[in-house]
Amino acid sequence: MTVKEARAQFPILDTTVYGKPLIYLDNAATSQRPESVVACWNGLVRGCNANIHRAVHKLAADATDEYENTRNAVKEFLNAELREEIIFTSGATASINLVAFSFGEAFVHEGDEIIVSEAEHHSNIVPWQMLCERKGAHLKVLETEENGALLPEKLEKLFSEKTRIVAISHISNVLGLVNPVKELVAISHKHGVPVLVDGAQGVVHENVDVQDLDCDFYAFSGHKLYAATGTGVLYGKKKWLDIMPPYMGGGEMIHTVSFAGTTYAPLPAKFEAGTQNLNGVPTLVPAIDFVKCVRESKEIAAEQNAITEYLLGVFAKDSRLKLYGVPRRTEEKIPLFSFTVEGAHHEDLALLLDKMGIAVRSGQMCAEPLMDRFKTTGMVRVSFAPYNTLEEAKTFVKCLYKAIDMLI
Amino acid sequence: MTLEEKKQQIIDDFGQFEEWLDKYEYLIELGKNLEPFPDDKKTEDKLIKGCQSRVWLDCEERDGRLWFTADSDAIITKGIISLLIDVYSGCTPEEIAEDDFGFIAEIGLKDNLSPTRANGLVSMIETLKSYAR
Repeated sequence: MTVKEARAQFPILDTTVYGKPLIYLDNAATSQRPESVVACWNGLVRGCNANIHRAVHKLAADATDEYENTRNAVKEFLNAELREEIIFTSGATASINLVAFSFGEAFVHEGDEIIVSEAEHHSNIVPWQMLCERKGAHLKVLETEENGALLPEKLEKLFSEKTRIVAISHISNVLGLVNPVKELVAISHKHGVPVLVDGAQGVVHENVDVQDLDCDFYAFSGHKLYAATGTGVLYGKKKWLDIMPPYMGGGEMIHTVSFAGTTYAPLPAKFEAGTQNLNGVPTLVPAIDFVKCVRESKEIAAEQNAITEYLLGVFAKDSRLKLYGVPRRTEEKIPLFSFTVEGAHHEDLALLLDKMGIAVRSGQMCAEPLMDRFKTTGMVRVSFAPYNTLEEAKTFVKCLYKAIDMLI
Repeated sequence: MTLEEKKQQIIDDFGQFEEWLDKYEYLIELGKNLEPFPDDKKTEDKLIKGCQSRVWLDCEERDGRLWFTADSDAIITKGIISLLIDVYSGCTPEEIAEDDFGFIAEIGLKDNLSPTRANGLVSMIETLKSYAR
């Protein structure tokens, strides 16, 4: 697949805003959807809409197949050992909340400790804080280095006999640095502590092999991975999921129900209460196919690298620009850049770039602790997808300088 | 000038601009020229919630009329708030309470009026109105 071919699958990229061609650089917030995903959604809604796992009629059987085949596709995509280790949720946030609640119910008690990193998205902080409040447990924070990196040796020092779980991101949504997850997991396991990996950004940019990483949980959202919104995945090792209590009660998660007591369904149904996102989940299949095509393409990889190297160069050259998440080696960096400009407010830059047709993110990016750590009220973030071009990166830089000139 | 005249003046000023960036250039200019707001007045109770940038708004009442001063750490927001306080300073609380703030839409800043917009124009207007109550 060429960059041009990838672009052709996203008609929204031909949009103009304020009379200017749209340059969409907010992919880390949500990616766009390819035609194959839109067609899958439409096909299901128009031709295959019935509630899954319940009725005996043909349409229900077909809808169930679509849904369950997606589980196989995700299992294969993550290289999970078993299909019942794949739980569908509404997104990464829901996946993390599920673990924080359910794992927390069973295994976290008063005085226990949970480790999170300073570079986490609020979605991988707040559910753990809520658990701590419920249980009287404590949150311990793995601090980042000056460039935002997480050091395994620092994690090592945080463990105690009370540590129950470690929750870290594969790639921070602010820093765009690939964390040494495999090492972090190995250290945690040495202390007998399981690890949840927030893969919301990681799954988009890295090949994820959950058996190789050996993580206990891996959470991601469909909508950042070109699939429908409201879809998400929780991978969990069967040994944990089996002994965790259900998160929500309702239809399909039960084995038998009586007022004397209810027994629960086996995995994965135990964690999929109520009617599932049966039109949305199957869009993960064409989305994963798109990702596979992208990862096979040398041309797209070269373009993405060119964007990363070009922007690292731009940020290194101008002392007024401060980039957060400067990699030691280029391979550690995904094409995601959060920065501040001395003397110009992030909101002003984003408003002006918007009027030039460039969609960027500004503000705290759901990572207030990280903003505090870098002593800033917010940043501007540009995040690229395989359909973005080096040309767009160059236009962005030209427009950024125009905005800076207007403001300073 | 009456409130209506002040609004018309701004509508006319903005009428000259065809390009979005020119409007923003003008707002930036207004922001830069806003009267200084003392740092010791930048307290939590004067901070407007719901803005991506920080906005401080203060109000004094003299002879039954309200006089506003404000500041922001973002310059475009400062320009917008400068417009608002120019228009509404010197009005009576009743005038402000009854006003529909419709001129904001007329000058093309309507997009910024949606409650979810990060620069929180709605929060600014709500705060202005709360001072009038």
